[in-house]
Amino acid sequence: MKLRVYAIAYLIFLYAPIVLLPLFAFNDGTVIAFPLQGFSTQWFSELATTTALHTAVKNSLIIASLTAIFSTILGVCAARAGAMAHFPGKRGILGFVMLPLVLPEIIVAVSLLIVLRQILGLDLSNWSIIAAHVLICTPFSIAILNGAFQNIDPSLEEAALDLGESRWSAFRLVILPLVTPGIISSLLISFTISLDEFIIAFFLTGSNPTMPVYIWGLLRFPASIPVVMALGTILVALSILLLTLAEIARRRGLARTGTKDTGGFL
Amino acid sequence: MTAKPLITLKGVNKYYGDYHALRDIDLTINEGEFFSLLGPSGCGKTTLLRTIAGFEEVSSGVLMISDTDMSGVPANQRPTNMVFQSYAIFPHLSVAENVGFGLRKSAMSKAEKATAVEDALQMVGLAGYGARAAHALSGGQRQRVALARALILKPKVLLLDEPLSALDRKMREQMQVELIKLQRDVGITFILVTHDQEEALVMSDRIAVMFEGEIGQLGDPEDLYRRPNSKRVADFIGLMNFLPARVADDVSEEVAAKPAKPLGLIDRLKQPFAPVSGPKALPEYKLGVEVQVPGLGRAIVPTSQVPKGLRQAECIVGIRPETLSLLFAGEKTDKQTVDATIDEVVYYGDMTYYDVRIEGIAEPIRLAMKNLIGRPVLEVGVTTKVIWDERSLVVLAPE
Amino acid sequence: MKRPRLAMSERRRAALLLSPPFLYAVLLLALPLFAIVLFSFWTQDFMTIDRTATLDNYREVFATEKWVPGAGLWENLQTIGNTIYLTLLGRSLYVSLFVTAVTVILAFPVAYFISFHVSPSRKSLWLFLITIPFWTSYLIRVFLWKVILGYNGVVNASLINIGLIDEPLTFILYNINAVIITLAHAFAPFAILPIFVALEKIDRSLLEASQDLGETRLRTFFRVTLPLAMPGVVAAVLIVFIPTIGDYVTPALMGGAGGQLIANMIQTQFLALNNAPLGAALALTAMVSVTIIALVFIWLNRKWLRART
Repeated sequence: MKLRVYAIAYLIFLYAPIVLLPLFAFNDGTVIAFPLQGFSTQWFSELATTTALHTAVKNSLIIASLTAIFSTILGVCAARAGAMAHFPGKRGILGFVMLPLVLPEIIVAVSLLIVLRQILGLDLSNWSIIAAHVLICTPFSIAILNGAFQNIDPSLEEAALDLGESRWSAFRLVILPLVTPGIISSLLISFTISLDEFIIAFFLTGSNPTMPVYIWGLLRFPASIPVVMALGTILVALSILLLTLAEIARRRGLARTGTKDTGGFL
Repeated sequence: MTAKPLITLKGVNKYYGDYHALRDIDLTINEGEFFSLLGPSGCGKTTLLRTIAGFEEVSSGVLMISDTDMSGVPANQRPTNMVFQSYAIFPHLSVAENVGFGLRKSAMSKAEKATAVEDALQMVGLAGYGARAAHALSGGQRQRVALARALILKPKVLLLDEPLSALDRKMREQMQVELIKLQRDVGITFILVTHDQEEALVMSDRIAVMFEGEIGQLGDPEDLYRRPNSKRVADFIGLMNFLPARVADDVSEEVAAKPAKPLGLIDRLKQPFAPVSGPKALPEYKLGVEVQVPGLGRAIVPTSQVPKGLRQAECIVGIRPETLSLLFAGEKTDKQTVDATIDEVVYYGDMTYYDVRIEGIAEPIRLAMKNLIGRPVLEVGVTTKVIWDERSLVVLAPE
Repeated sequence: MKRPRLAMSERRRAALLLSPPFLYAVLLLALPLFAIVLFSFWTQDFMTIDRTATLDNYREVFATEKWVPGAGLWENLQTIGNTIYLTLLGRSLYVSLFVTAVTVILAFPVAYFISFHVSPSRKSLWLFLITIPFWTSYLIRVFLWKVILGYNGVVNASLINIGLIDEPLTFILYNINAVIITLAHAFAPFAILPIFVALEKIDRSLLEASQDLGETRLRTFFRVTLPLAMPGVVAAVLIVFIPTIGDYVTPALMGGAGGQLIANMIQTQFLALNNAPLGAALALTAMVSVTIIALVFIWLNRKWLRART
């Protein structure tokens, strides 16, 4: 099977850089190059004592959490509206809201920078990053939640109304439980995107750098690179954990509604 | 049982933008009735059902249920419950949770609710299924859950939106019978939407046939089948041959009286003074409307079967395939016959459909014969006679 | 005209629900984009913005010298084209197009494999495996390519170990090639997923019908599969091509002096040189070029598909 060999080779290409991470993270040497020097956990202990990093991580966690919540709320609104009655201009509006998905991030970054700094004269802060991240994460939330909302038979809601529930209680008792897995995976994915986002954060970061901005700073100093490797290892492990959770949530959602698995988040 | 109106629609119209979905519907549906809305897709039958349910508001006109105007009353406050076409079983809930869904706000205690759910499941033949996951049910079971869920609220009307269309043929026929029984048991009004004329004929007390937002004909199944009031109704329900014809006038024609029969011994004892030749036969009259059907001939059709005012005019004559028959070799008839050539034979096992050509009629005529023992299946090209009965002709106004 | 009340109210509820994301996008996307356009016609001298409308920024982007009002049109036109900005933009477009082509061509067989040869129960596992690397820190992934391609990197170390080379190769880092490899890696899942979705939608009986009608497997692929997968390929192309133009991380880390792209210049104008108007003009120029290329591509694809039917 030639295609299978090719696909596996492709997977290896995809994973090649990531496999190196733990190798150098546990390598007992300051130079990131082969041959390896021996096993060490010193870079991880150094991580534990770098307070600047802790501040950056804390910043990023706050930004990512709030981004996840806001973009998922906006995503629920748009995806729910998308599954409801058509009205003039609906497609256009949905397309416009999805636009950041195909917009170069640097454009989002500089346009917001201009508005915030030059026009409104505001100081950059975590909020400026959150605002931008919500903008770019919302399309992802919508894409994920669209799947969840459109899988729902519209007569389910009508059945609930017919059985005496109000609009709100029909949503709470029927729609919400059915889209909960979608909401969880939207939260997790927006969180992951925001946590990792650098291009925009670099432009909009205020006095407190986010984690990627902090890492960017470290990359310029060869001596700190093993620490970056250790940090990267933890991040990769964390990403895999979050993604696995998101995937489990998604599958549970499919099992719950009895729909066929068509695969993938996007 | 005297019919007591439950649902009344007066001049109901429904628009979607420019689209006129319901046109001036006037309709009364009675208590305890099994009522069907029958029609092709897009005829407005589902819209009408959803209007009664409260999912659509009428654009104009009045909808009353139990003498209460329903305008502004949302679906969740109407005394109607619905079985959806997709059944709309909540996939995240168990069977019992589905059935008990509508009891959430009721004043019943937990135990009472559980009993009610179990009773409802019992009623639809699903006793003991309460703990099952809803999405693991078969099509027929989902339908039963949907029924139980709607009936547990003791609605005045149960609305059924094409409830059998998702089932296979066998299951569908079984559920038809069960639905009829269930309706008799609970005694409430059922309103069924269907595009399947056979289903409507089998199940309903009365049927409204709908076309393009209007009610084409309202009547009991036999009315609709035997006395369709228009070509489209006749065409939609069952099979019917249509022949161009002409209505002449009302006639009352003397038919040769039956010859007097000599009296037997017992008659003699009863009527000792009667003349020897028996009572003089009175002349019989055939009352009706004369219709000239090219190819068949002249017929006297009962006045009730001819639209009023349609006299001295072109018309369409409808003939059901099963009211025609072939004259097989060795059989005799005193009814009217006409020469025919067999054009097509479709064998169905219990029946055979023949398409026959009759001189003077452009299209082949279809007729259905029971395949009785000893009766051969005729072949294409055979010439034979077709027996027809003027009483079975349906005279329709031209379209 | 009479309108149905409930259908209307559902429409209204849908519109109401859609308004928060819409307003958000208007406030944080449409208005800022409009602001960039405005800014690109202004000028900035250190900290003060001059709000008189001028084409100076665009002149600087497109022409080597300032427009000389006295000189003739032809003399002025001759100075067009040979600016550092246009060189960077050209290089950026070249890199983006190349990365897009490489990514999509490499990704197609993988998407095809997953859609056609992986059993349905394992499809999501494959997709999961493909998406995981995408969700790991972008910065670190880019940096790791530096480790792989670097002077003492994985490639050089292995090649020396095998004995194929004596001296480490230097042409694989700090140039455009390194930028292309890294970007092609970063955008791989973006290319695979849309193509996969399009392939999944193809009714398998169409392929059987084609073979039944006498076409070989290969001809079936070109006459049936590929045209039907085209919407996915187009999506993949756009979703890779457009964002790559805005990436400044990869060229900064991997490109060396000769591998810098337009995004680096935009970043420099905004953050280092504090010349937002020129940066805005550059960003707009880049965005417009990308949009034009994308539209031309969509148009060509439509024409190609129509020519076949």
